[in-house]
Amino acid sequence: MDIISVLGSATTVVAFVAFVGIVAWAYSGRRKRAFDEAANAPFALPDDGGKVPAPRARSTERQP
Amino acid sequence: MASEATFNYKVVRQFAIMTVVWGIVGMLVGVIIAAQLIWPDMTAGIPWLSYGRLRPLHTNAVIFAFGGSALFASSYYCVQRTCQVRLFSDGLAAFTFWGWMAVIVLAAITLPLGMTSSKEYAELEWPIDLLITAVWVSYAVVFFGTIAKRRTPHIYVANWFFGGFILTIALLHLINSAEMPVTLTKSYSAYAGVQDAMVQWWYGHNAVGFFLTAGFLGMMYYFVPKQAGRPIYSYRLSVVHFWALIFTYMWAGPHHLHYTALPDWTQSLGMVFSLILLAPSWGGMINGIMTLSGAWHKLRDDPILKFLIVSLSFYGMSTFEGPMMSIKTVNALSHYTDWTIGHVHSGALGWVAFISIGAVYYMIPRMFGKTEMWSTRLITVHFWVATIGVVLYIAAMWIAGVMQGLMWRATNPDGTLTYAFVESVKATYPFYVIRLVGGVMFLSGMLVMAWNTWRTASGAIAYEAPIPAGAPAHA
Repeated sequence: MDIISVLGSATTVVAFVAFVGIVAWAYSGRRKRAFDEAANAPFALPDDGGKVPAPRARSTERQP
Repeated sequence: MASEATFNYKVVRQFAIMTVVWGIVGMLVGVIIAAQLIWPDMTAGIPWLSYGRLRPLHTNAVIFAFGGSALFASSYYCVQRTCQVRLFSDGLAAFTFWGWMAVIVLAAITLPLGMTSSKEYAELEWPIDLLITAVWVSYAVVFFGTIAKRRTPHIYVANWFFGGFILTIALLHLINSAEMPVTLTKSYSAYAGVQDAMVQWWYGHNAVGFFLTAGFLGMMYYFVPKQAGRPIYSYRLSVVHFWALIFTYMWAGPHHLHYTALPDWTQSLGMVFSLILLAPSWGGMINGIMTLSGAWHKLRDDPILKFLIVSLSFYGMSTFEGPMMSIKTVNALSHYTDWTIGHVHSGALGWVAFISIGAVYYMIPRMFGKTEMWSTRLITVHFWVATIGVVLYIAAMWIAGVMQGLMWRATNPDGTLTYAFVESVKATYPFYVIRLVGGVMFLSGMLVMAWNTWRTASGAIAYEAPIPAGAPAHA
């Protein structure tokens, strides 16, 4: 086998092992708390409109 | 300094509104070329309006103008709100808007004039390619710059998808558009023969995989949880979903070149990777749809959620159909027929357009300090008109495509062909009419959206939401 083929096969194996590693990492119990936190990121801020104080928002929108 | 205390909604608002505008333009051109297939002489032989020149205008307008604007708007909105900081640079962000609009206008001028590099979905000539590069690099700087200065510990998964999409499109554009300029308006590809074909479809399929999939999955991971009011069904599945797409999509391109001069092993490799892709695609679809579990009733009276969830059903359908069509023996029947057109539109209208429309309906009122569009009823009308339009479109193209494939391969006992090509064209006529009806319905839905957007925006004040001061807010 020439060097290019060896490199190609090696890359495939490394990529596959890396992917299996990612799956194991993602499903390990250690990540659960961090993932739960991350999953709630879209809800961290008060929603636009209604719940935020509108006057303050308007006073800042015409800044340069 | 005060502007630091608000989010940059200006650029989001600009892109969100232009999504609606370019959607109408791109789909109108689509309707015109669909009509040309029924009445070939309808544009009176004017070369600028001929099918061959309008078709790339249609694809560029819907993918890069409509889809691109939706991606810019939603990624800028999502990255600011999940990182809890203002966009990295207002100036660069404004440049991405005006630069991208300039690219679109240049495309709309040069393509009808017949200036083309002839590479599908990369037709624009080299000076425009350079402008695209400048805009895209700025986009990356703004997006990743915002992530770098985030106030939150995590990078939310939607931003991973948006980031993957931005990096990959940069790579694809640079490699596939490598070309030798001859004049200001003409260049030739740096590659030749089958290498050129392979580079082109490596690009072409990853334009589908990253521009039309990864970016819109980023949208899905932000707007489906927001509109459903609950976090994503499984965060770790979303992490695996992301990496599985990254590891496999890159190798699926050869399925566009089955039974060509491309080496046989490359074709088979493309087919195998396309089949593997079914797993992450369906994992992602299930993750999105299951987010609604326990809150299915919300689907009944929330048309935005209807758009988002039905888009995922179409995503599931087209990512099942795609791997099937990549199987060589199925491809022998489907390739070069209208089945391919049906497949593309099931993805482009059903998945990409639906999720974009849902996301834009979510963002537009918020860009004007409101929580709802002017009329929720009109969103429902839009939803049903568009859904019936897509179903008519793809059903007509499926039937037409399978029929064409069967007619082309039919032989008499003595080995001669049963049908002349023109007989298959004649048999396709009624389905072209049904397709046109479906397309007109989808376009009408966009016009309803434009009216609703106009009424929502008129008289309203452009709004920039404040960023809560102090420690980053946690859920």
